[in-house]
Amino acid sequence: MKRRQRPGAQAVAERGWLSAHKWLLARRFSQLAILALFLAGPWFGIWIVKGNLVSSVTLDVLPLTDPYVLLQSLLARHAPEAAAVTGALIVLAFYLLVSGRTYCAWVCPVNIVTDSAHWLRERLNITGASRLSRNTRYWLLGATLLLALITGTLAWELVNPVTMLQRGLIFGMGLGWTLVLAVFLLDLLVARRAWCGHLCPVGAFYSLLGTHGLVRVRADNRRQCDDCMDCFMVCPEQQVIRPALKGADKGIGPVITSPNCTNCGRCIDVCAKQVFTFGGRFNNRCTDSTQPGAPADARAPANHSPGMEVLR
Amino acid sequence: MSDTTTNPARRRFLVDAARTASGVALLGLGVGLYSRQAASLPSQAIRPPGALAEDSFTGACIRCGLCVRDCPYDTLSLATLGDGVATGTPYFVARDVPCEMCEDIPCVKACPTGALDPALTDIDDARMGLAVLIDEENCLNFQGLRCDVCYRICPSINKAITLERQHNERSGKHAVFIPTVHSSDCTGCGKCEKACVLEEAAIKVLPMHLAKGELGGHYRWGWKEKQKAGGSLVAPDQQHQYNLPQGQRYDYEGDGLIFEQDGGAVPFDEDPLSTLNKGLEAQP
Ligand code: SF4
Ligand code: SF4
Ligand code: SF4
Ligand code: SF4
Repeated sequence: MKRRQRPGAQAVAERGWLSAHKWLLARRFSQLAILALFLAGPWFGIWIVKGNLVSSVTLDVLPLTDPYVLLQSLLARHAPEAAAVTGALIVLAFYLLVSGRTYCAWVCPVNIVTDSAHWLRERLNITGASRLSRNTRYWLLGATLLLALITGTLAWELVNPVTMLQRGLIFGMGLGWTLVLAVFLLDLLVARRAWCGHLCPVGAFYSLLGTHGLVRVRADNRRQCDDCMDCFMVCPEQQVIRPALKGADKGIGPVITSPNCTNCGRCIDVCAKQVFTFGGRFNNRCTDSTQPGAPADARAPANHSPGMEVLR
Repeated sequence: MSDTTTNPARRRFLVDAARTASGVALLGLGVGLYSRQAASLPSQAIRPPGALAEDSFTGACIRCGLCVRDCPYDTLSLATLGDGVATGTPYFVARDVPCEMCEDIPCVKACPTGALDPALTDIDDARMGLAVLIDEENCLNFQGLRCDVCYRICPSINKAITLERQHNERSGKHAVFIPTVHSSDCTGCGKCEKACVLEEAAIKVLPMHLAKGELGGHYRWGWKEKQKAGGSLVAPDQQHQYNLPQGQRYDYEGDGLIFEQDGGAVPFDEDPLSTLNKGLEAQP
């Protein structure tokens, strides 16, 4: 079989490298800028933001607190002070509005680790798949909350690689790097997108906040799709694209509604046909069915493409 | 029932679900057991002022490090994996950097969760631990020297540590001044441990539960109870009677034997019998 072009090659050829990496660059900028804000204090004495992603104070006025960690603390039967509650409500409101997993793609430092692992995995052509369910993360989310309830401590936070990486970079890493390495190796060797896409309870928590988020990727231009599969190749949550991209004949609208879409925008970058854009969640009516008046129930998809079953 | 076992899709779903559930349960068990182990704080790790009791603290502290940031003396640090202290929680090691007992307690003010209790407003009320003079064999003061460094450095000088004078048995003619810690005033700041001139400090701040004994819940100090109640609680005090020579009295709960100054009265009666029977006349 002929080795496929790297995903996005067509887009690069047509629109130029910069345009075909626009959202990826914006995302890296966002991730690094947030980290830099936290590091400017301890490294250069510029105290704009204090603390870490779990709880911080910006410019001595704005409190921000991770609602997931605070929830664990609540379950461990501690009633927090107002500062933490206010901070958590602000963060909660933001991600409810924007879509929870935006956190994963634009803020979380682990994303850089897992994206690197994924990049290397593709380069080295490592394929072997393990049958890890994407729902494992919700089980894990439940388990971490249950642990807090049973042990009365933030048991999960003793080993949570997500908080550990960011805290480690700012306050000192100790042996924390071993867990980060474990996540890297997991994503490199065990399964494609193993951590962020299957296991991470932090991502699972934020995805639950995203069920009604307003900022969504839309495939309004889906009729242009030429089945090049590039978006599927780059998407960390492949299963979320299919309904919006291929659902026209089932009466499914063009908005990617799955709360597991991380709003990374990589699909927008790599699509040479400019099928995807960022947009709102509203106006999700199916207006482009190839069979006008077709009932919105299941039928064999007209433009069924063979690769898609494999890549689910 | 039969289609549950024969339908391959459903069967696979069930197997997958069971696999996931048991994997997650195993991981949860591991983390749970690790959390039990991580709950035992090493004795040299001292929590910041106002920290809740250890088992509540690890449930309340979200590991943000805001207390660390607002400590002007860089006393505190966040535990990292491998430190032996619950990952991400703040602590200090007195021998490295003690707590300077800031009057405005910025660390407590910075804490968003109340893991450092905002009810602590006077730093003298902090009880981070308790100083214990652990090594009497090497403490210079115990040898009769006047080191006194721990006594002098203590922010609660002459209250948290006092110097108790005792006879110097070694020289036979000098005094020793024993540094004595009082839990009524020691905040556990660790300045004494930091300042101790020995290679390894003879006085150390320990977590409360290691430093202090505790009476059984039912135990009462008799004399304190008696004082509180204004009299004996079990039976009326016995009226003590003493058969003493004339001019002498005995004060049972006070001065002991008292010689009355009544101008050189003859201590004994002419009649020896009446001397022996003195004080017993009233008895039947
Ligand atoms: S659908 Fe697009 S934006 Fe969403 S996760 Fe996949 S690649 Fe990223
Ligand atoms: S009281 Fe002052 S010196 Fe002590 S830990 Fe708090 S901020 Fe630091
Ligand atoms: S400020 Fe409070 S919640 Fe944050 S690390 Fe310190 S004790 Fe924990
Ligand atoms: S720890 Fe030492 S210096 Fe601090 S209050 Fe107690 S006795 Fe004084």
